[in-house]
Amino acid sequence: MMKKLLILFVIVFVGSVAQAQRVTPPETLIRNATVITVTRGTLENTDVLLRNGKIAAVGKNLNASTNARVIDGAGKYVMPGIIDAHSHSMLDTINEGTLAVTSMVRTEDVLNPSDVDLYRGLAGGVTTLNLLHGSANPIGGLNTVVKIKYGRPALEFLFPGAMPGIKFALGENVKRSATPNQPGVTRRYPSTRMGVEETIRDAFVRARDYKRAWDEYRAAAGKDKNLVQPRRDLQLEPLVEILEGKRYVHAHCYIASEILMLINLADEFGFKIKTFQHVLEGYKVAKEIAAHGAGASIFADSWSYKIEAYDAIPYNAAIMTRAGVVVSMNSDSDERARRLNIEAAKAMHWGDLTEEQAMRLITINPAIQLGIQERVGSIEVGKDADVAIWNGHPFSVYSRVDTTFVDGVVYFDRQQDLARRADLAKERATLEQAEPNKPPARGQSPETPRRRRPTHDDTIEEEQP
Amino acid sequence: MTVLQKLAAFTLLISICCICGQTVMAQQIGSPTTQQGVLPPRGVFAIRNARIVTVSAPDIENGTIVIRDGKIEAVGASVNVPAGAQIIEGRGLSVYPGMIDAGTNMGLVEVPQGASGTVDLSEVGEFNPNAKAITAVNPHSAHIAVTRVEGVTNTVTAPTGGLISGQAALINLLGTAPKEMAVVPQAALVINYPRIGGGGGGGFGAPQQPTNLSETLEANARQLEQLRKMLRDGEAYARAQDAYAKDKSLPRPDQNVVLAALVPYVRGQQPVIFRADREPEIRGAIRFAEEMKLKPIILGGNDAWKVASLLKEKNVPVILTGVFSLPVREDDAYDTLFENPAKLQQAGVLFAISTGDSGPEVRNLAQYAGMAAAYGLSKADAVKSVTLNPARIMNVGDRLGSIEVGKIANLVVTDGDLLEIRTRIRYLLIDGRSVVLSSRHTELNDAFKNRR
Repeated sequence: MMKKLLILFVIVFVGSVAQAQRVTPPETLIRNATVITVTRGTLENTDVLLRNGKIAAVGKNLNASTNARVIDGAGKYVMPGIIDAHSHSMLDTINEGTLAVTSMVRTEDVLNPSDVDLYRGLAGGVTTLNLLHGSANPIGGLNTVVKIKYGRPALEFLFPGAMPGIKFALGENVKRSATPNQPGVTRRYPSTRMGVEETIRDAFVRARDYKRAWDEYRAAAGKDKNLVQPRRDLQLEPLVEILEGKRYVHAHCYIASEILMLINLADEFGFKIKTFQHVLEGYKVAKEIAAHGAGASIFADSWSYKIEAYDAIPYNAAIMTRAGVVVSMNSDSDERARRLNIEAAKAMHWGDLTEEQAMRLITINPAIQLGIQERVGSIEVGKDADVAIWNGHPFSVYSRVDTTFVDGVVYFDRQQDLARRADLAKERATLEQAEPNKPPARGQSPETPRRRRPTHDDTIEEEQP
Repeated sequence: MTVLQKLAAFTLLISICCICGQTVMAQQIGSPTTQQGVLPPRGVFAIRNARIVTVSAPDIENGTIVIRDGKIEAVGASVNVPAGAQIIEGRGLSVYPGMIDAGTNMGLVEVPQGASGTVDLSEVGEFNPNAKAITAVNPHSAHIAVTRVEGVTNTVTAPTGGLISGQAALINLLGTAPKEMAVVPQAALVINYPRIGGGGGGGFGAPQQPTNLSETLEANARQLEQLRKMLRDGEAYARAQDAYAKDKSLPRPDQNVVLAALVPYVRGQQPVIFRADREPEIRGAIRFAEEMKLKPIILGGNDAWKVASLLKEKNVPVILTGVFSLPVREDDAYDTLFENPAKLQQAGVLFAISTGDSGPEVRNLAQYAGMAAAYGLSKADAVKSVTLNPARIMNVGDRLGSIEVGKIANLVVTDGDLLEIRTRIRYLLIDGRSVVLSSRHTELNDAFKNRR
């Protein structure tokens, strides 16, 4: 009995400590700002109230509790936190470059919450990331959707209720075009776009059989107690979820023919491609993408970095948007993530999208693509308090972020950042003088901490086959 | 608009054109395709009623620019339009000098990955001062038109390999042959300043695998000594040739193309670009240039803000290529490289902002400068950092980079602030020629935008 009580006590005590360590969202009232709601127009001289991690009210002359923080928003712009539908931030590793089908691996297992580039993204107004597996496999690993809660444990980053997803990849990366032939070494299959189709087809044929085996087992299990359940297959389970519409496919692709190939294959097997990623030649097959119901998550204007990117044009967003495709603008790079506002504005410069259409590219559209549109992507009452305050219109090159909130909590504040710098410089100087950090006159090089994560910008990190 | 209204508007337009007589849509002059076999002519143009951002002098709110024979003939608030000039109506528009990106490899590479045949960046070996970018620059590269229609009219195009990469060219982004593009065909010698630990600048060298610090430093010192010796050989070569030129009775020294290429640089007649990003390499390059009596320019300069007072003291200009790079160190402030230009400005260092790109990204130069303005640089200084400053750094401040009489007529007519993302280019003149605003990208857009 005592023992049980003790255990109970321990559970209650530890539980409450953990509770206390969680960040309680304060109440914040932003007054008299220009509010870019995205879905309900742009509102001048408007207040936004953040309470309990949600957007509690949007309107004029709002009241807040006496202990609420009040921010003067005059001359400022409030926009929804930017959603980056293609990121590899905070992943300690990106590619499982061995097999052609690696649906058994999960990005969720390699999250590094202390990656400083997360903070740099927050400073660009980004609050949500779709962490995708690399592009070395026709069927790659599982993705993770996170909110950037920099400074919190990795588990708190996970976006509750986001649709599970998976990375597919077509074209040069999976063909391993950049890998030279080595004498005596057999190339990994596939080596052509024909083989890529065949690889994905084969996987889904197997997944269909696997699903049938389970369906039959489940149907018969009640009647026949002696039935042996099918052996679990961790590679095929996610593919069954795709066939059942429970997992989104995010397919890295470039050229028109491979986009059509995957649409045809998905139609044949009865599943949907949720997004085509990069999809640089999407503008050539926009109507087919729209007819399939797929979204497109693209770069604003990257081109010519490899052969399959040579026909890329910056009018891609506009052409696909007009064809009815839900388009988002992504970074695929921790550097570019910091200026997705600029990337979205480029769709106005090239292709004449309206300001609202361009704003959707980095807010509600990626939210739709990740199945989180009920939670984030616009400034609406009841949605998560993921917003950023900008010192000018976010589509002006001269603007920058003042403050970024995630679930109502400040995760970036420029004034706080500036105020901290002198102390940090002092701390650095002290650390440099500390005995273990002094460079030795001779002998071993001082150990420089390596980045835990390879940088990644679409190209794949090659491993020896 | 009803059909009738459209017709009325059209008639009005026609009659306005008739009244003005010579008014033209400048975009329509010249070749309708991007692949130009024939250059558009150098005519007489007048841009009138425009806001003129001269860069070198105060803005002219409502003025006229006259262009003749490729040069700016007149600029001012009350300049007469010469008879017969083709008129570009500038009401509501702004005119800027064309932007200059001083840190590119434009025209030396079409597709870096998967098409090595299109890559002419980097020669074999450590010392290639005789490798000249102007020899290999491809006037028909799709990158050139794609870039110029966004208002970048000039680039410095540099090779990248070895310790001495070769010679950079300053080019107009217009021309059917390298010679037609060249503003300064041999504009600077490019040196990858040896980086402690290897790696870095312009794809130079794989990171060394040093066993310890002293070996690393010794390896670095060896590279520097090789460089020193090479440049001294260049000096000696020049002296020998000079001596022989004065006194033919002396034994005739052999000609050497490699050493001959070094002569204008070791004599300090032409600038030497040092690729250097980190503080030790920047300081090293400044020291080395002083020792060798070179005219240094720092290319890269991510740590230039740390060296600002020395750069100022030694009068060394910087071409910043890292404004959009992630901060160098994990504990650097998030905006370290956004602020780098403002800090150099404050310290009085002459600097230019560059994309540092091989081609596809150069068209976004304006945004690099704009970002610097979001983080402390004045808007006017941001414009200067992509116009007059790079011109001055490359010793063509008297020919490019501002709207002044006598300068090359590289002009961009916009519908707004040059650095803003949403701004459109309406007219483009390079070398006094009116350039069609089309590119591989506009052509592909036209080909596919109506596919239903």
